[in-house]
Amino acid sequence: MKFTGTKEYISTKDLTIAVNAAITLERPLLVKGEPGTGKTELAKQVAISLGLEIFEWTIKSTTRAQQGLYEYDAVSRLRDSQIGDKNVSDVKRYIKKGKIWNAFESETKSVLLIDEIDKADVEFPNDLLQELDKMEFFVYETGEIIKSKKRPIVIITSNNEKELPDAFLRRCFFHYIQFPDNETLIKIVNVHFPGIKKTLLDRALHRFFEIRETPGLKKKPSTSEVLDWLKLLLTEDLDPSELKNDGKNLLPKLHGALLKNEQDIQLFERLAFIARGE
Amino acid sequence: MNKTSNYLRDWLLSLGENSSSMLLNLFSELKNARVPVSIQEYLNLLDCLNKNVIAFNVEDFYFLSRASLVKNEKHIDRFDLVFSNVFSGIEQIPIDELLSMVEIPKEWVEKLSEKFLTEKEMEEIQSLGGFDKLMETLKKRLAEQEKRHQGGNKWLGTAGTSPFGAFGYNPEGIRIGQNESRHQKAIKVWDKREFKDLDDKAELGTRAMKIALKRLRQWARTGVYEEIDLESTIKSTAKNGFLDVKTQPEKSNAVKVLLFLDVGGSMDSHIRKVEELFSASRSAFKYLEYFYFHNCLYEGVWKNNRRRWNNQTSTNDIFNTFGKEYKCIFVGDASMSPYEILYPGGANEHYNKISGKDWLERAINQWSSHIWINPVPQKYWNYTQSIEIINKIFSEKMVPLTLSGLDKGMKQLMV
Repeated sequence: MKFTGTKEYISTKDLTIAVNAAITLERPLLVKGEPGTGKTELAKQVAISLGLEIFEWTIKSTTRAQQGLYEYDAVSRLRDSQIGDKNVSDVKRYIKKGKIWNAFESETKSVLLIDEIDKADVEFPNDLLQELDKMEFFVYETGEIIKSKKRPIVIITSNNEKELPDAFLRRCFFHYIQFPDNETLIKIVNVHFPGIKKTLLDRALHRFFEIRETPGLKKKPSTSEVLDWLKLLLTEDLDPSELKNDGKNLLPKLHGALLKNEQDIQLFERLAFIARGE
Repeated sequence: MNKTSNYLRDWLLSLGENSSSMLLNLFSELKNARVPVSIQEYLNLLDCLNKNVIAFNVEDFYFLSRASLVKNEKHIDRFDLVFSNVFSGIEQIPIDELLSMVEIPKEWVEKLSEKFLTEKEMEEIQSLGGFDKLMETLKKRLAEQEKRHQGGNKWLGTAGTSPFGAFGYNPEGIRIGQNESRHQKAIKVWDKREFKDLDDKAELGTRAMKIALKRLRQWARTGVYEEIDLESTIKSTAKNGFLDVKTQPEKSNAVKVLLFLDVGGSMDSHIRKVEELFSASRSAFKYLEYFYFHNCLYEGVWKNNRRRWNNQTSTNDIFNTFGKEYKCIFVGDASMSPYEILYPGGANEHYNKISGKDWLERAINQWSSHIWINPVPQKYWNYTQSIEIINKIFSEKMVPLTLSGLDKGMKQLMV
């Protein structure tokens, strides 16, 4: 079982090797990188290219490790007991399976995506150590042990908001997705917009890199932004010449797709102001 | 492909039995470079090699070892340096090991040459009698070199007269006279050092700033859970006659921060960065107040640098306004004449009745959690007397403006 990238997803060599190492040794792969470089997409594409089912568990600041395993709704059970519901003695009715449980139950190999693990509490990753190592956990309420039928491929993404604990890191493979260089970016664009005219693409990417490299930007536009922007350019059917940088107008057409932040747009307006020499 | 991949594996594994092996060398060098690696990760790497995760080339090996040994992008640059060192340092390899390594499968060399050599260079090699001949000569040279005990690099030639030097061909990372100007393509991935910005020992760059910012947020925020509100549950259950569970949000963090920023010096740009850093993460704190000072804290501070002379706030008022629960952070280069700290009247812009040292000590007594963030790189601290004085006043709670420095500072503030 080897991952090589898909038609929709250009995988660099280092990423491919990291993914394959994780698949072969059946250990989690931790993926970090700038927002918008395709961390979450990676898991989906691994699932697609290997033809596996994917279980996505998106983490929020309030998510607890236990929720990935299962949740026991004691309050409903108490309420039901008040009304005199007959099924109240059946504990299983009040246990809601989490994503990890679902993945463990899967008859075939699957992909388990734990998205943005750094959003949760600092202790969160530690709480999942045993579960991800042994791929089994214990359900206290029923006394069952849930063991994975086929060890899922675990892909974890992080946006660097928190340091992850060492014990957790030791068990993972790690990959940092860098912003793609020009060549890779062209490949990526061609995958998404196969028919794109070369002049338009060249000029657009040129402008894009100009914007990206402007110092002082709060949020640098990333792969997902450039794809959105090109999509707009294509639907508007702009002529490549309209993207020319004439020095007066530093921001290209439809820049709203690239810069999402008022301060960043103001920064360019100020630069344009200086460039006009007023 | 399997057959060839075995070569690399066998090679690496055979080295594994040897105490001076490269793989172990890589591992221990990483440890020395303070990249946190553990045995478990090392075993993982061996396991991967065993299971043929990669094909036989060095680049793949680099990527694989990086994915298994490095767990944080801030260490990748250090890893690159170590990797480049371990797999290039011809002088570090004992000569017999080098000789045995010249016994490289032919495919390796051909594969590598396809990658690194131009057509013209290929022709040159052919004219010398092909690779076999070349390897033969290389071996001879190496043996000769051993006898003569001359400096290794010289013999393998960076000057470009020896065929080895000129071709700069590179079997599994033994760099033999690499001539970079001719081989721009041949610059190794790990020699590009693309991850330099991410090293946390470096001073904060724009990108690193963002991470630092996130770290501040982590410090200020803890997850908000719902917890059961026992009292009102009991009350409400008694009142309604059925179980009525009430919940309430868990107490959330309420960090209050007081910033003092040194303006009007050579470090202005750094200090502005810190200011941006904090105001950007403002939402994470319950209160964030900042004041400016110049060089050292005296009787007045100000909020607007343009009106600093006519709109000062008395420092005493600040002591009275902001209670002990505030975390107090000074940011400045702390570089001045010692008089400016130690003596009344020492300030260079006005006459101060009370010495800067006294003012600083009052501030420290007022706010028990305090740090001083210094944008001057730590290695220069010893050369400036005033930095040492202030560091002493702050009982060594001065941290450099680096990611790890901020980290340390935040920890001290949490106590």
